[in-house]
Amino acid sequence: MNSADGLNDLLPYVRIGDAFKAGVDWSREHLSAVFDGIAAAVDSLVEPLVDLLTAPPAIVVVLIFAGLGWWLRGWKFGLGTALGLGLVAGMPIWDQTMSTLALVLVASGLALLLAIPVGIFIAENRRASAIVRPVLDLMQTMPAFVYLIPAIFFFGIGAVPGVLATVVFSMPPGVRLTELGLRQVDREVVEAGEAFGASPWKILLRTKLPLALPTIMTGVNQVIMLALSMVVIAGMVGAGGLGEVITRALARVQVGAGFEGGIAVVILAVVLDRLTDSIGARTAAAKAQRAMQQA
Amino acid sequence: METVSALTVKSLYKVYGNRADKAVELLRDGAHRDEKLAGLPVTAAVIDANFEVRRGEIFVVMGLSGSGKSTLIRMLNGLLTPTHGTVEVDGVDITKLKPAALRRLRREKISMVFQHFALLPHRSVLDNAGYALEVAGRPRAERRERAQQALRMVGLDGWADKLPQELSGGMRQRVGLARALAAGTDIMLMDEAFSALDPLIRREVQDQLLELQAELGKTIVFITHDLNEAMRLGDRIAVMRDGRIVQIGTAEEILTDPSNDYVAQFVADVDRTRILTASSVMERPLGVVDVNSGPRVASRVLRDTQTSAVYVTGRDKRFLGTVTADEAARAVRDGKQNLQEIVSTGYARTVADDTPVADIFAACAESPAPVAVIDAAGRLAGVIPRVTLLSALGSMSADATDDTTAPGAAVPATDPSPATETARTAPAGSGAATREVPAQVAAEPPARLTGEPA
Repeated sequence: MNSADGLNDLLPYVRIGDAFKAGVDWSREHLSAVFDGIAAAVDSLVEPLVDLLTAPPAIVVVLIFAGLGWWLRGWKFGLGTALGLGLVAGMPIWDQTMSTLALVLVASGLALLLAIPVGIFIAENRRASAIVRPVLDLMQTMPAFVYLIPAIFFFGIGAVPGVLATVVFSMPPGVRLTELGLRQVDREVVEAGEAFGASPWKILLRTKLPLALPTIMTGVNQVIMLALSMVVIAGMVGAGGLGEVITRALARVQVGAGFEGGIAVVILAVVLDRLTDSIGARTAAAKAQRAMQQA
Repeated sequence: METVSALTVKSLYKVYGNRADKAVELLRDGAHRDEKLAGLPVTAAVIDANFEVRRGEIFVVMGLSGSGKSTLIRMLNGLLTPTHGTVEVDGVDITKLKPAALRRLRREKISMVFQHFALLPHRSVLDNAGYALEVAGRPRAERRERAQQALRMVGLDGWADKLPQELSGGMRQRVGLARALAAGTDIMLMDEAFSALDPLIRREVQDQLLELQAELGKTIVFITHDLNEAMRLGDRIAVMRDGRIVQIGTAEEILTDPSNDYVAQFVADVDRTRILTASSVMERPLGVVDVNSGPRVASRVLRDTQTSAVYVTGRDKRFLGTVTADEAARAVRDGKQNLQEIVSTGYARTVADDTPVADIFAACAESPAPVAVIDAAGRLAGVIPRVTLLSALGSMSADATDDTTAPGAAVPATDPSPATETARTAPAGSGAATREVPAQVAAEPPARLTGEPA
């Protein structure tokens, strides 16, 4: 219908995609030194970690993780970890699993390094919070693949664009839960700190952060889980690891190989989730909360 | 520099909102906060507060919720910045201090106890008690020692390693008190400190505070919405309403001479003969001797005090009876070594310390010697001579308030009717004043006199 076309013409094509591309182009041209530096730094983190995890025999790594699980959560979880990782170690994708683990650890480490300070800042500053929150929404809802495109642009193919896209994608819950945790700290306890003459810095370090720690640890856990899901997608840009296994299986329609890669991801996810969860539960504030519920 | 008052507050205002200065101007011209301010986007929390807190007194600020008392107390240590006016601590105007200087002042001069305790849930009771010292950067050993000492003062020595959540509400607030005591400041601000505790526990902690205060002589500003508590603790009481202090005075002055109808409503409808109890009108017994001392001692005490009988107490100060002058003289003649055989209970009647004054008349009329007042543990708490009872009834003003620092001194006061107070747990320390009026008087003041928009 003509009239409908006419109405549609009322809505112009705002070329935000072009604008974004222009921004990316400009950055690549003028900030290449910065990106090179970042790439080198990330590389220098990932590679040694991959080497460290793949150097010893698989069985040793499995036993180390099982021991960690036993210590943090008890013998049942330790045994489960041994069986799960043992299963993966038996498959021909152990090295890829370890390189995925390395990518996840580096990416979530970097994400937290950014997320926690930002979370602290916006917890203290309402205006900053009002600005940062929509940005976080955008980061979280943007389809994960989309991050890969500018990442390739800046860093080429390989582990680095994978890690950095993962950092961006996995950061939001770290920021949000840090802010939430800090805001939930009892106002009167903070006031007590002020009333006894503690400096804002000391109140942050000695009162707010310890009390927010269980919530922040939930954020850490969420960041790691998101990083794991993203790092698999990052296999598409040649980040290596299980992502590569799965994308190759997808390309060749190899049902078995794809399932093996998927199972390895699941096992890794469960182990990482439970381990970080139990670290959160061991914080002093979490113990205090449990004591309160019992009382 | 040494001044008589520890805290001096002069024309203090706290107004929230965009045009607070304008509002202060209007208020200084005498506007009620709901009238002329109607056009301004402001809330006046504290209006023209003026008072001095003397060194070593308990100054109670009493008012209903929303009367501005919490805002007021937070301006005393600079947690809130006044819109107008000055707060002087030991002669220093704290409203002019920079943040760092203000923090130092709080560390050195003013500590605070909070309504909901505000303890660090993840740190031990000992760490909490030593918190102020940690903030002040004192060495660990000193911190532990002073925290331990403060915990001992509040009777929590054995609980140092527990977490706050493992303690009952009353104990947690004692940790809050210990934290303030360990800070070693002369001034303590207590913001509804006992309001979150149930009534019996609250009484215990109040008693403990009075005992500690008799010993330490801190300057305490105590906020409460409970008239009961105000009367019981306060050397002087400031009544707040709608942001203004409407009366400052001793409990007696406020009871007998309310400055306006609002204050009168607070303290009205109180049958004083039901409110006053034996313990609130009793006096310190002049002649008390131990049962193991000889009749010669009894005779001398009788001579010194010019009374007709001495009160005899046994172990733990339990009341045994009286010995009259005649009996003592006879015992001296007979060469008796102690008073065991001659002590009798017939000469002086006894009443429990929570007996309402209305029920003491009969005993008082029958008893040749002043009636002995016995506390829950059977100890001699005081005596009531006939003249005391009559004068208490006569004036019914009933209150000489400034005696909390003189343990055992005669402290007539108001006390709640016994029906609600039979389960009296802790005997008030050494005859310390107990002044109470039923809680509902404070909790539900009768109809307001001026309409206030909800």
